[in-house]
Amino acid sequence: MAVTPPANRLWWNEPIHIVELGWIVIAFIWGLVMFFTMVYWHSIGEQNLANETYKVVPQSFAAKAEAMTEKYTVRDEVGIPVVRPPPGSDVYLIARIWSWWPILELEKDQSYRLHLSAMEYSHGFSLQPVNINIQIQPGYEHVLTITPNQSGKFGIVCNEFCGFGHHTMVSPLYVVDRS
Amino acid sequence: MSEGGTPGTRQTSGGPEKERIPFWQRVCDNHFLLLFIGVTMPTVLYILWGVMELVGIPVAPQ
Amino acid sequence: MAATTQFRTCPTTGLKIDLAAQSLIKANAVAAVVFLAIGGLFGLSIALTRWPEIHLLPVDWFYMALTAHGLDVLLCWIIFFEVAVLYFASAVLLNCRLAAPRTAWVAFVLMVVGAALTNVTVLQGESSVMFTSYTPLRAAPNFYLGLIIFAVGALVACGNFFGTLVIAKEERTYEGSVPLVTFGALTAAIIAVFTLASGAVILIPTWLWSLGYINHIDPVMYKLVWWAMGHSSQQINVSAHVAVWYAVAAILLGAKPLSEKASRLAFLLYIFFLQLASAHHLLVEPGISSEWKIFNTSYAMYLAVLGSMIHALTVPGTIEAAQRKLGFNKGMFEWLRKAPWGNPAFSGVFLSLVMFGFLGGISGVVLGTEQINLIMHNTLYVPGHFHATVVTGTTLTFMAVTYLILPLILQRDVMFPRMAQWQPYVFGLGAAGISLFMMGAGTLGVPRRHWDVTFADSPFGFEFPSAAFMMLALNGLSAILAATGGLMYVVNVVASVFFGKKTADKPMKVAVPVSTSGQPAAVGAYGSAGSLNIPGTITLVTIFFVSFVLYYYVNWKYLAEVWPLR
Ligand code: HEM
Ligand SMILES: [Cu+2]
Ligand SMILES: [Cu+2]
Repeated sequence: MAVTPPANRLWWNEPIHIVELGWIVIAFIWGLVMFFTMVYWHSIGEQNLANETYKVVPQSFAAKAEAMTEKYTVRDEVGIPVVRPPPGSDVYLIARIWSWWPILELEKDQSYRLHLSAMEYSHGFSLQPVNINIQIQPGYEHVLTITPNQSGKFGIVCNEFCGFGHHTMVSPLYVVDRS
Repeated sequence: MSEGGTPGTRQTSGGPEKERIPFWQRVCDNHFLLLFIGVTMPTVLYILWGVMELVGIPVAPQ
Repeated sequence: MAATTQFRTCPTTGLKIDLAAQSLIKANAVAAVVFLAIGGLFGLSIALTRWPEIHLLPVDWFYMALTAHGLDVLLCWIIFFEVAVLYFASAVLLNCRLAAPRTAWVAFVLMVVGAALTNVTVLQGESSVMFTSYTPLRAAPNFYLGLIIFAVGALVACGNFFGTLVIAKEERTYEGSVPLVTFGALTAAIIAVFTLASGAVILIPTWLWSLGYINHIDPVMYKLVWWAMGHSSQQINVSAHVAVWYAVAAILLGAKPLSEKASRLAFLLYIFFLQLASAHHLLVEPGISSEWKIFNTSYAMYLAVLGSMIHALTVPGTIEAAQRKLGFNKGMFEWLRKAPWGNPAFSGVFLSLVMFGFLGGISGVVLGTEQINLIMHNTLYVPGHFHATVVTGTTLTFMAVTYLILPLILQRDVMFPRMAQWQPYVFGLGAAGISLFMMGAGTLGVPRRHWDVTFADSPFGFEFPSAAFMMLALNGLSAILAATGGLMYVVNVVASVFFGKKTADKPMKVAVPVSTSGQPAAVGAYGSAGSLNIPGTITLVTIFFVSFVLYYYVNWKYLAEVWPLR
């Protein structure tokens, strides 16, 4: 019984019934399948998180974002610049309490090198309704190549608790058809 | 399989009997060995490896 | 020391029970229940706040309640109860005295003081940093200090468990290997040592940082080590509640493991690999390679999942085999239909087994897949998943076994047996609801830890689909149900412990007496080779496996539809 010592002193030598053994083999193989699915997706899948990350001082990340914004601002929304950087370029997005800066306008089916970093606390990049979720950390510059394949107005919601204004941290992201 | 209930073969620990206990059963009965493995595995594979990754991150090009 | 130890003999099981261990089990279990009551109320209040039509709490209260909820249920309720389980599985099951009752009391006091200190600090309002307290969010120093004191207490309690194992071996209170349940508890204790040590490694510097002695804690480094504690503590829960499943099946039905070897192998895989899964929380983190992520998140090629899948067959399998032996042999499922569904210890365990496997297990593996995590991380899917594991799994199991501990260890009759009968169903249904509806809302993108997903206070705003709001409302309703079930449990336990009738000194009616003193059972009854007849379990496991595979690949399909990124 499970609450008493095994009656058979040499319990390891007991054979396992074929049904149990079969299940163990199936479960083991399924584990391998799941493991190699992840590995395989790195070569054939289109959604893999980049491993490109740098250590960065928040001020110098902000400086890069400001330089980009200065060059490519197209308009303004409630005091926050909307930038439209050229396809293929480096795009910087700052997460800070409690807004995203600047607002991005991208072209459909074009790739951008998106740089993400936070100013003071951790924030969560949650692109909605696409539902892509990436952690953003202060002191780390995460660089990923994204290719928006739908046009429209999207939302970037902060989904990492970042203080009492956390629930107000949302901003639009525009994807426009090629003009 | 016959040891379990047969009279006269009651096991005593130690002595030549001990030799016959299968390796993995001895591992299972050695609680402090298990404790050692259970602490070392995640410390090396998860924590140390992870710390090495973080320490190795380059500084952003300016 | 040994000479002064007093024992009583349990009339039902024939076990020799150290009275000091008995009081400690009682104290820890009662403390656990008190924290469950407090934490459960916080849970209800946050669920009602997240229901937009009700939006119960103001913003600062919400984040404070959320912090307190995580701490009180996840740390306090669970770990106090686990300490009780450890003392039971060592001293009681091994017929042994507890190694050092005096230090065990010290451990208990430390845990109570630590838990109280952290709670008070949170309620003062300056420490609403969530129970994860990710730096650079800074709580008041006593927040961390309380947690450190609590962890030290829990570590001392684990020391007592190991000490008792040593004494039992030396004093030869058992023959051969420890019982399977004790082996499961050992697994839990080993994981607990790693958990608590990691906690100390990260919380002590963080405490010094909050006092101003250290000026920087790297946020990713913090998260890495913190989760070595935060997630591993969930693995303590899994090991402990699986051990309890085996124990309840044995005590109620006289169930024997199908094979000692397979079940112990499963626990062995836990000891080796389970803790690597702390990586689940770092899958979309910058700065960590995919190699590290894939290796660790998969517990080295899913070897710990293999362990769980073994239990998924052997636990219902032992129950089926035992029931068939009792004569419920008709058809595929008579054993299940005629199971003691009116006994809350059984119904709680079986519901927990099914829901933990289907809801918690499958969603956990999917969520923990490196790339799939991208479409779920930090959404409500995450709390949905872990309410399935830690609420319908661990919490429901611990509730169920309480109905056995009350008469057998604490020697009190359950005060309101009718209420006890209903309790696992009410709580189980409510908990399944909160898990499912939070997972549903998460699939639609709703973030976790968020006061207002209508974004009323924001200059921009974003509109979630109306289905998401329906999920939040259903979550609120389920929370009311779960809270009712929780209350039914707390009231019954507290009433029974303090005002219950003392159990009569005669054996309780259970199917098969657990005799350790007597002759070993017939050899032929052990080991599954030869005569295993568990068609019902095979069917259940097949359904489980098919659901698992389908759900897994459906999520890959969802992933393949989102914006390409690399
Ligand atoms: C009456 C029963 C319960 C209800 C209604 C409930 C409800 C909730 C809700 C609505 C959340 C918030 C999700 C969010 O906004 O992010 C939450 C979070 C959480 N719950 Fe529960 N819960 C209950 C019981 C439990 C139990 C028994 C445990 C653990 C054993 C638990 C562990 C947690 C944890 C760890 C969190 C995460 C806190 C955080 O994000 O910091 N809950 N719960
Ligand atoms: Cu934020
Ligand atoms: Cu936030």
